Amino acid sequence: MKKTGTGDYLFILPSVVVFFVVTIYPLIYLLWLSLHRRHLIFDISRFVFLDNFLFLFTDPRFLTALKNTVYFTVVSVSLEITLGLVIALFLNNLTTGRGIVSAIVLVPWAVPTVVSAKMWEWLYNPDYGLFNYLLGVKVNWLGSPFWAMNAAIFMDVWKTTPFVALLLTAGLKLIPSELYHAARIDGAGRWYIFRRIVLPLLKPIILVVLLFRTIDAFRVFDAIYVLTGGGPAGTTETLSIYAYRILFQTLQFGYGSAIAMFIFMCVGLISIFYVSILQRGFR
Amino acid sequence: MGVVVRLFAVALIVLYCVGPFIWQFITSLKPSHELTTLPPLLPEDPTLENYLSVFRTHPFGRIILNSTIVASLTTVLSLAIGSLSAYALAKLNIRGKALFLAFVLSVSMFPPIATVSPLYLIIRLLGLRDTWWALVMTYTTFSLPLTIWILTNFFRAIPNEIYLAALVDGCTPFQAFRRVLLPLALPGISATAILVFIFSWNEFLFALTFTSTVKSRTIPVGIALFPGIHEIPWAEISAASVIVTIPIVVVVFMFQRRIIEGLTAGAVKG
Repeated sequence: MKKTGTGDYLFILPSVVVFFVVTIYPLIYLLWLSLHRRHLIFDISRFVFLDNFLFLFTDPRFLTALKNTVYFTVVSVSLEITLGLVIALFLNNLTTGRGIVSAIVLVPWAVPTVVSAKMWEWLYNPDYGLFNYLLGVKVNWLGSPFWAMNAAIFMDVWKTTPFVALLLTAGLKLIPSELYHAARIDGAGRWYIFRRIVLPLLKPIILVVLLFRTIDAFRVFDAIYVLTGGGPAGTTETLSIYAYRILFQTLQFGYGSAIAMFIFMCVGLISIFYVSILQRGFR
Repeated sequence: MGVVVRLFAVALIVLYCVGPFIWQFITSLKPSHELTTLPPLLPEDPTLENYLSVFRTHPFGRIILNSTIVASLTTVLSLAIGSLSAYALAKLNIRGKALFLAFVLSVSMFPPIATVSPLYLIIRLLGLRDTWWALVMTYTTFSLPLTIWILTNFFRAIPNEIYLAALVDGCTPFQAFRRVLLPLALPGISATAILVFIFSWNEFLFALTFTSTVKSRTIPVGIALFPGIHEIPWAEISAASVIVTIPIVVVVFMFQRRIIEGLTAGAVKG
């Protein structure tokens, strides 16, 4: 390759500028906002240092939102990975019609989350919804504190399992078929092959999928905001929804930014956690 | 596995994915008085009234136009900016590549809620509230990580000899990029274009915050805030949902392999 010319840096300049203006600068701005008491209507802005962050842990609504977010993340991601793995193993064995089935599986992933949330809200309708009709029950899915969060999880699982399944199918394709043959000749059973060959070889991609899904679930907004609006009585309010409400409905930009900053730091920690496991695995 | 079991499993997976859409489609054909009776499951008196009213009594045409323009502009800008960077990262001799790629990857994990408040203030200051540009600027940035990752992989896969031969023939690095490498990376470009378009077409949080009228409102916001007089107009919402789902289904069926290639290039190799 030719030697470095300063002209070569011009190629990445546009990206660097865009990243600076739309991600780095706003992030610094967010940090600055989060250290202030700032109200958009009254034009108040006062430096309060860490007061907003200290207040977080005495704010019961914040703690509930944190609990809701963790519950949503853990349950939906575990279900998605399990179900996604089952579908992937199945798709991998499919010999005919794989293209069409893959395309069908992609559809829930590709439609706007808002559309799927509206679709499911109608399916969950207590009076005229298809679910109650088919199950022969009269449950107010989105109106009951117990069901609402699980109903939201169910919708999220429906929407994102396809994505998980397709990525895992791609991972399965990378496993050489000789390995299966050799194991079978050695007399290994189906379950043994899955546990001792498929799962360990699939581990890196499972971790990558886990990383993406955990982060996505932790910052969930549209799915729940449209499906339940955070109700009933705040039982489905996640951190992103709470931050959005504080920011754009009560216009408390200081405190809202502190919640947003907290979400940012959690997501950062989650990714550092997964990336470190991934790196350890490759060494 | 027996053939019957296999067929049953396929049917189950397909029903799982498609079932809710079928119900949405059935709902969209029902006149409003039939919405509140169940059974029958199927419309007794199917009508296209809901589809017409989405355009007649609601500004849905304009909303679709907004989404189309925003998503198209984003796709073009993201590919233009991203392909230049990807080319430099794959073929040119610049320092700090690994650091830059790590930064790019971290941007893809940014929670949107973390940048929405400062960006809102910036956009208000620039006078860009309720314009296409506020969304195009934001979407371009947040789709760049995906674009750069996928295209860097594609450019890396092109042999160095081809690139060097172009330089020997007297191309500048930019000409080598535009005339030789860009055409060779076309499959990667189209995969990326589809993914970026879908991302911008579907995005909700920024669109909800930065748009305030039908002037720039996009489809997800239009559907989420669908106005009803007394109750939620489920039949019209269903019709609107079907209208925006059809192009996506078409794209998915036409480019299924490309989409999966793009997704896995972004995730498996990355």
